[in-house]
Amino acid sequence: MNDLLVADSVSKNFGNFKALNQVSIAVPQGSIFGLLGPNGAGKTTLIRIINQITMPDQGNVLLDGQPLKPEHIKDIGYLPEERGLYKSMKVGEQCLYLAQLKGLTKAEAKSRLKYWFDKLEIGDWWNKKIQELSKGQAQKIQFIVTVLHKPKLLIFDEPFSGFDPINANIIKDEILQLRDEGATVIFSTHRMESVEELCDHIALIHKSNKILDGKLNDIKRQYKTNTFEVGLQSDRSDAVLTEIKNKFEVLPATFRNLNDDIKLNIKINENISSNDLLSFLTSKAEVHHFMEVIPTANDIFIQTVKNN
Amino acid sequence: MNHLPLIIKREYLTKVKNKSFIVMTFLSPLIMIALIAVVAYLSQLNNDKQRTISVLDETGYLKDVFQNTENTTYTNLNDLDLETAKTLVKEKEDYGLLYIAKVDSLEDIAKNVKFYSEESPSLTIISGLERRIEKRLREMKLQKDGVTLAQIEASKTDIDIAQESFEGEKSSKIDNIVKLAFGGIAGYLLFMFIIIYGNMIMRSVIEEKTSRIIEVIISSVKPIQLMMGKIIGTSLAGVTQFAIWVVLGGVLMIVVSAIFGIDMAQMQTPQQEMVNQAIQAEGAQAIAENMLTAINNLPIANLIIAFIFFFIGGYLLYSSLYAAIGAAVDNETDTQQFMLPILMPLILAVYVGVFTVIEDPHGTVSTVFSFIPFTSPVVMLMRIPFGVPLWQQGLSLILLIGTFMFAVWFAAKIYRVGILMYGKKPTYKELFKWLKY
Repeated sequence: MNDLLVADSVSKNFGNFKALNQVSIAVPQGSIFGLLGPNGAGKTTLIRIINQITMPDQGNVLLDGQPLKPEHIKDIGYLPEERGLYKSMKVGEQCLYLAQLKGLTKAEAKSRLKYWFDKLEIGDWWNKKIQELSKGQAQKIQFIVTVLHKPKLLIFDEPFSGFDPINANIIKDEILQLRDEGATVIFSTHRMESVEELCDHIALIHKSNKILDGKLNDIKRQYKTNTFEVGLQSDRSDAVLTEIKNKFEVLPATFRNLNDDIKLNIKINENISSNDLLSFLTSKAEVHHFMEVIPTANDIFIQTVKNN
Repeated sequence: MNHLPLIIKREYLTKVKNKSFIVMTFLSPLIMIALIAVVAYLSQLNNDKQRTISVLDETGYLKDVFQNTENTTYTNLNDLDLETAKTLVKEKEDYGLLYIAKVDSLEDIAKNVKFYSEESPSLTIISGLERRIEKRLREMKLQKDGVTLAQIEASKTDIDIAQESFEGEKSSKIDNIVKLAFGGIAGYLLFMFIIIYGNMIMRSVIEEKTSRIIEVIISSVKPIQLMMGKIIGTSLAGVTQFAIWVVLGGVLMIVVSAIFGIDMAQMQTPQQEMVNQAIQAEGAQAIAENMLTAINNLPIANLIIAFIFFFIGGYLLYSSLYAAIGAAVDNETDTQQFMLPILMPLILAVYVGVFTVIEDPHGTVSTVFSFIPFTSPVVMLMRIPFGVPLWQQGLSLILLIGTFMFAVWFAAKIYRVGILMYGKKPTYKELFKWLKY
């Protein structure tokens, strides 16, 4: 799989402030790439550099193997975190204008808009002014405008803010569908559950430096602790508990279950397989719950940021 | 990709379709005309007022110089002492009492003339009285020295110096007035245009910031394109509005003066005094002819070309600064601190234009200010009707264009950084830092 976008040791200073320090990322074709980091880490600066809004002081950005050129604007769709539309302009006019700025002809823009307006069932908004729409409705328009010119690379910065769960879901499905149709997505958010749900790759930027990147699953494997969440039931639970504690490292666990007496996190050594643990447990008590603890994106985020 | 036409089109249409813009476009001429009509009406009302002035002339020399005019009647009071006369005039509610005390010598009369009135009298009335007394006294003094009235009459000469340049171009006082009018209108037009539409550009930049659309737009077009599109689009809207104003204003003016019979030309303003003086010297027909030759004498082609270039240059220079201010701030109230440095040279230009160019169009002050880029558009436009050597115009224009390009570069820098900055009110120091980003 080749990379659609490559940023190679990109640095950017604002006066004395270093916003990005030698940051490199590679976004594979057709992936959903999570760009994560605490507030003020430099994500927006990197995104603005990719959009050619700001120029990097050092380093290159390649799109499809070519250094960024003004012509690439039409290949990128960007939904910024600070977004809005002309309030007193009509929805239709506004969409046409923004689409034309991205290089679509008026006729082309019109037919594609019709498709999207029908798809999201908002055809009757065409002649409304933006100020007559709710925030969520305006966000939908904004989403359409971002994807209308069928860009190779889509950049979403907090795309779900302002949406209710239903509409957030609609937008999420649209993003996935766009990915399936061949678009590559860079996705920046603080909502780790959406990262979990959508991203194949992530990069974590902290204090202007990239501190982590790779496939989400690889990272999780790297961060896993061989811990298993276990729920047991036994008549002589105290005795069983002591036996387990003698053999393994045990931590208390909390999870929702119907009738477990014993809830544990059991950490095992590398030389013991999960099957060994399971057969040991079944010999002692009735096993209702057995699951490997996989670090969540949230855990990884917090842990990595704290360690740096 | 060149999106400039698209941006210009949007800016133009949004401005032109804006309700308050439409209302202003059609209402302003109405208001202006109404205002002019009211002022004209009021001044006419004032002129129509009948006044009676009582004259108590103890010398007897000056009685017959006060001839009744359309609005003023003079009554001679005879054989009254001053106190009785004062009471009488007060009772009659006359405008005032002119008192000429009895003195022995002709020389002293001038020092013993007084005017009594309820309220302080108008300047024109007093100077009118003075003029008459002065004329009579001069005649009397001359007669005393043995000059006959006929001789005095014969000694009066009307002089109108014929003006001609070394190249043989004739000109007259009317000529100068026409030149002044052309220059003044051109300079003032530019001044108004910059203030009105510069502000509009600034507001439209701020609007893009407050509605947060700016980052969306800026990911599609270069900031400088957006800025230029804004400036040009707004200017075109401005030209449209101005054109409508001129046409509508002209039509309304004709209609109003036809209906109400108000002769606009009768309005007395200090500037018109000059015109009147010039007119008095010549017959009405001669004036009309002179006016035409004066207009013909103007360097019309030069005027038009220079107007277009200096107008565009000056306007673009200032409006790019307005755009930069708009980008630097978050809301209109924050613009104040940056407005002053823009308005100062502009106001200075108009003052220099009005006070210096009239006095001496080719003097040092006028010449210098017509080279300084921030004042040159206004001052040069005012000077050109008086004939400015082409090399001066060219040099001034080159300086203007150079500064304009620098201003656009500067504004674009501020704009590029400023439009993405939210929250804090920038200082000059920070603006300077932005130039290096």
